[in-house]
Amino acid sequence: MIKKTAIATALAAAALLPLTQAQAADYAIDTEGQHAFIQFKISHLGFSYILGSFEEFSGSFRYAPENLEDAAANLEVDVASLTSNHAERDKHIKSDDFLAVGEYPTATFTSTGFAPSGDNEGVLSGELTLHGETNAIEMPVTLLGEGEDPWGNYRAGFEGSTTLVLADYGIDMSQFPEVMHELELYVTFEGIRQ
Amino acid sequence: MWNNTRRGWGLVSILLHWLGALAIIGLFALGWWMTGLDYYHRWYNLGPWWHLSVGMLLLLVTLVRLGWRFLQPTPQAQGQRLERLAAHLGHLGLYLLMLVVLISGYLIPTAEGQGIKVFDAFEVPALISGLPNQATLAGQVHWYSALALILLSVGHALAALKHHWVDRSDVLTRMVDPRRSRRP
Repeated sequence: MIKKTAIATALAAAALLPLTQAQAADYAIDTEGQHAFIQFKISHLGFSYILGSFEEFSGSFRYAPENLEDAAANLEVDVASLTSNHAERDKHIKSDDFLAVGEYPTATFTSTGFAPSGDNEGVLSGELTLHGETNAIEMPVTLLGEGEDPWGNYRAGFEGSTTLVLADYGIDMSQFPEVMHELELYVTFEGIRQ
Repeated sequence: MWNNTRRGWGLVSILLHWLGALAIIGLFALGWWMTGLDYYHRWYNLGPWWHLSVGMLLLLVTLVRLGWRFLQPTPQAQGQRLERLAAHLGHLGLYLLMLVVLISGYLIPTAEGQGIKVFDAFEVPALISGLPNQATLAGQVHWYSALALILLSVGHALAALKHHWVDRSDVLTRMVDPRRSRRP
């Protein structure tokens, strides 16, 4: 029985191989090992900052040092997984007052280009869809490290941040002070080469 | 005096009933009002503080009330067979809705593992947290079940008044006067 299953799995994998044909430069973001974070930072009435993160997301990227112009990244975020360590606030942020998670459960980022700007640095541009609105954004990113990990895989890790104006995404912050009209998005992740 | 009999409610049941009624009406009004408050309103945080504190006490009182209801005799239902059946179903609905409202309410602020402070005196721990989208879903259940509870309570009150004024039965007076439980 086990043998049969193993053979079937091998056959299925073989059949899929020509379709996926992973390139050496393709990485899957290590969300399983939780070496990936999407965080936001927004002012609270100018007194301090609220820090929060999205716990559920998945994505992949393409990165080869010899062909940097070809770098790309895709991310899909479950917006309902937002947390700022305060259930009632998160409920409010996810309500129709702000993110309207019921209507717009997913946020996506699809890169459209990459421009190297120095050693281990560059600007990733792409389209961010949030709250049903899509905008072109640019995010400066830094290669933090790459190489063999202790468990037999090859990893590469990055960080990047950018500022989002919430009005661009149809999120009305007009009743709040100016400092709350935008937020800082910070992303860091490791990818495992496929 | 304290205990129920088959003829009437004892003082404990009567107090629990009216305390519950008062708290439910107050919590519904407060909950409705406070969820519409502007972020800058003085009561934006104070409203929920009262709502949660009273709500958690009501949850405790309701559990005691249910225990007392099962331990004690229940005064006999009155009226036609269908009326008695409707009364039983209505009361069952009220009890179930109370539990649904209270439990769903409890699940909102505890969704990410924080406890609920009761008048800053003690804290009810979060026993269930981290369910998918817990606070939002519990919030929806809380609102609709609270609305249903209030509507059913209005029906409950109208029925009591009808039995009192039209049928001239003592179902209302025996929920006010514990001496009725001791009549021969």
